[in-house]
Amino acid sequence: MAEDTAGHAHGHDDHTPTGWRRYVYSTNHKDIGTMYLVFSVIAGLIGGAFSVYMRMELMEPGVQYMTLEDGSPDGHLWNTIVTAHGLIMVFFVVMPAVIGGFGNWIVPLMIGAPDMAFPRMNNISFWLLVPAFLLLLGSALIGGGAGTGWTMYPPLSNTGYGHDGAAVDMAIFALHLAGASSILGAVNFITTIFNMRAPGMTLHKMPLFVWATLVTAFLLLLALPVLGGAITMLLTDRNFGTAFFKPEGGGEPVLFQHLFWFFGHPEVYIMILPGFGIMSHIISTFSKKPVFGYLGMAYAMVAIGVIGFVVWAHHMYTIGFDVDVRAYFTLATMVIAVPTGIKIFSWIATMWGGSIRFDTPMLWAIGFIFLFTVGGVTGVVLANAGVDLVLHDTYYVVAHFHYVLSLGAVFSIFAGIYYWIGKMSGRQYPEWAGRLHFWTTFVGVNITFFPQHFSGLAGMPRRYIDYADALAGWNYVSSIGAFISFGSTIFFVFMLIYTLKAGRRVEENYWGEGATTLEWTVSSPPPFHSFDQLPQVK
Amino acid sequence: MDVGEYRVNRFLVTISVLLLAIFAGQAWASEPTPWQMGLQPAASPTAAKIVELHDALLIVITVITVFVLGLLLYASVRFRESRNPTPSKTTHHALLEIAWTVVPVLILVAIAVPSMKLLYFADRIEDGDMTLKVVGHQWYWEYQYPDHGNFGFDANLIPEEELKPGQKRQMDTDNPVVLPVGKKIRLLFASADTIHNWSMSSFGVKVDTTPGRLNETWVQIDRAGTYYGFCSELCGVNHAYMPIMVKAVPPAEFDIWVKKAKQEFARVDEPEAPAKVTIKVAEHALSK
Repeated sequence: MAEDTAGHAHGHDDHTPTGWRRYVYSTNHKDIGTMYLVFSVIAGLIGGAFSVYMRMELMEPGVQYMTLEDGSPDGHLWNTIVTAHGLIMVFFVVMPAVIGGFGNWIVPLMIGAPDMAFPRMNNISFWLLVPAFLLLLGSALIGGGAGTGWTMYPPLSNTGYGHDGAAVDMAIFALHLAGASSILGAVNFITTIFNMRAPGMTLHKMPLFVWATLVTAFLLLLALPVLGGAITMLLTDRNFGTAFFKPEGGGEPVLFQHLFWFFGHPEVYIMILPGFGIMSHIISTFSKKPVFGYLGMAYAMVAIGVIGFVVWAHHMYTIGFDVDVRAYFTLATMVIAVPTGIKIFSWIATMWGGSIRFDTPMLWAIGFIFLFTVGGVTGVVLANAGVDLVLHDTYYVVAHFHYVLSLGAVFSIFAGIYYWIGKMSGRQYPEWAGRLHFWTTFVGVNITFFPQHFSGLAGMPRRYIDYADALAGWNYVSSIGAFISFGSTIFFVFMLIYTLKAGRRVEENYWGEGATTLEWTVSSPPPFHSFDQLPQVK
Repeated sequence: MDVGEYRVNRFLVTISVLLLAIFAGQAWASEPTPWQMGLQPAASPTAAKIVELHDALLIVITVITVFVLGLLLYASVRFRESRNPTPSKTTHHALLEIAWTVVPVLILVAIAVPSMKLLYFADRIEDGDMTLKVVGHQWYWEYQYPDHGNFGFDANLIPEEELKPGQKRQMDTDNPVVLPVGKKIRLLFASADTIHNWSMSSFGVKVDTTPGRLNETWVQIDRAGTYYGFCSELCGVNHAYMPIMVKAVPPAEFDIWVKKAKQEFARVDEPEAPAKVTIKVAEHALSK
C-alpha cells in the first residue's frame, strides 16, 4: 500500500489492540461509536421497560401494580419510575445514540479525517456514561428514589418535602458526569469539524449530517454548563446550607426553572438536530437526488439552534411571570416553525422528481417527515401562552413531545442504524425484517401516543398514577399501543444480533448511486484506521 | 305533512341531535367525559376564547398536516423507481423557497394576533367583585375568602372507600369551593410547601402555586354548575390525589352559603387561644 502522509509505511494490523483493552483504552472513533450505540440500545430497553410498566399501571383506572404493602397506591414508586424513564431516554439513549454513536462513527468518515481531533478524550466521554448510568439506577435503590420528574424542580427536589435521602443527590451526580461527557464530546466535534476536513471540503461543501453535528455541538457546549450550575446549586441547597431556591432563606424556586429550561430547551434541539442530518442523507440516497436547497438546509439548522436559546420560558407559562414576557416567548417560539418548515418542504422537494426506492431506511425517513410534522404542529398550538392555560402539564404536552421524540428522534436512530449497519459491521440486515419492524413500530407508537392528545384536551394531567374514571377509554388504547411498540423493539434487538452474526456481507457502497458521501468510498466495515491518506475533495 | 314526511323529519332531527351530541362534546358536562376528544366546554369568557382559538388552530394544523401527508404520498407514488427511472437534478427553485418561507410566516402572524388578545384578556382584571385565595398544600387545597370575613377551609379528596352514591372517584372533595355566577372573581395563589398548580379547564385557569410567591389571575363563571380540576404540578406522592371541586351558584345562594360558612369554618387570621400561663411577678413591681 502507498506510504501515508507521514512518510513511513505502517503495518496497521499489528497495532490493532485486542481483548478488553481494545475497548477500555480505546482511542478509535469507530470502536467508541460502537460502544455508544450498544450502550444506548441497552439503556433504551431499560427505559422502555419502565414505560411499559407505567402503561400497565395506566391501562385501567385505579392502582393495580404500584402498591405499598397495605395495598394503597405507592405514589413515590410511580414518581421515581416516571423520572427514571425521562432521564434515561434523554441522557442515556437519544444523546449517546445520535451524537456519541453516529457522530463518532460517521463524521470523521464523512470529512475524510483519520479520527476525531482528541481521540483519547473521546474515550473518557464514553466511559463517563457508565458510572453516570449506574448512579442514576443506584439512586432508585439507595435513598428511596428521586420522584421529582426529570425536571427536578425544587422545593420538591430539595430537602424537607420527601427527598431527604441520597437519591436526588445521586441523580444530580449522574447528570454531572453525563454533562461532562457531552461537553468534552462537543469540544471534540467542534475542533474536528473546523480543523480536520479533507482538502477541498469547505464548510459549504460539508455533508449535512456534519453540519447538524456541528450545530448540536455548539448547543451542548453552551447549554450544558447552565444545567451543571443549576443542579450544583440544588446540591448545595440540599447539603451545604445554601438557599438559592429556598424562599425561607431568601431564595426563589422559579430561578431553578429558568436555569433548567435555559438548558432544557436547547436540549430538545440537541436531540433532534442530528436526526435532521441523518434524514437529509437517507432521503437523498433513496431518491437518487442531491438534497434540495443545501444552504437553506444548513442555515435552517443554525437558525433553529440559535433561536432555540431564546425561547426557554415557554415551558414555564403558568408560573406567574409577567404577561408581556409571556407574549414575547409565545412569539419567539412560533418563529422556530419557519426554519423547521423549510426543512420539511425541502425534504419533500428532494423526493420530488427523484427515483425513489423504499428500502427500510427510507421508510423510517418518510415516517419521520410525516410524524415530526404532527408533533411540530401541536408544538405550535402549545406555543400560545393563552391556549397553554388549558394544556400545560396535561397529556397533550406528553403527546407532543413523544411525537417529536419517540416518533422523531427515535425514528431517526432506527433509520441511521438501518442505513449504516452494513457500513459499520460489514453485514446487512434482512430487508423483510426491517420492514416488519418499521410497520409494527409505526402502528404501535401511533396507537400509543395519538390518543394522548385526546386525554390531554379532556384534562388528564401528567405524572398521575391514577385518573378520573372518564379518562379510561383512551388510556386503555394507549397502553395497547405501548405493548405493541415494545414487542416490536424486542424483535428489532433479536434481528440486530442476527445481522451482526450472520447477515449478508456487503461492499463499500451497497446503496448505489444515491449514496455520494465519503463513508461510501471505504470498505464495509472500514479498516481500523481509515483515511491515513487524505482524500482530495473537488 | 303526511306520515312519510313526518317520519323523515323525525329521523333527520334524531340524526342531527346525535351528531350534535357527539361532536359538541357532550355540551353540558364540566368534567372529563368518556372517550372525550376535545376541550371541556367553556364556563367562563376566558375559556370560551381559548376554545375558539384552539378550534381555529386545530383547523390550521389539520390542513397543514394533511397537505404534507398528501405531498409525501403523491411523491412516493409518482416518483417511485419503477415509474421514474431517471431522477431529476433540480436542487433549487427560488420562487418555491420564498413561498414556503413567507406563507408560514403569514400563517403564524394570523395566529399571533388572536393569541395575543387572548393572553392579555386572560391575565388579570382591574377590580374584582370578590377575591378567592388558594393555598396549595401537600396534598390538599386550602381556600380563603378575604372579602367575606376571611374564613377559610381545607378541601380534601374523598377517599374511594368513603364515596357516597353519585360522588365521583378521584374528583369529589369534602368541602367544595362555592363561588357566585356572573361576578368577576380575583384569584390569588400561594403555597405552603412545594409547587402545586390550581387548574380548572372549564374556567381557562391554570396557575402555579409557588412558595414565596403570590400569583394572580381572574375568572368569571358564566353558568351555574359543578366544575372539576386537577393539581397540575408534580408535588410529591399524592400529586394525583388533590383535585379541585367548584360549585358555582347564583349570587343570592352564594350569600346564603357565606353566612353559613362563616359560622362553620374558622377565621383564617384568628389567633390560637393563648396558653394558660401563670406569671409570677414580684409584689413590689405591681405596686408601681
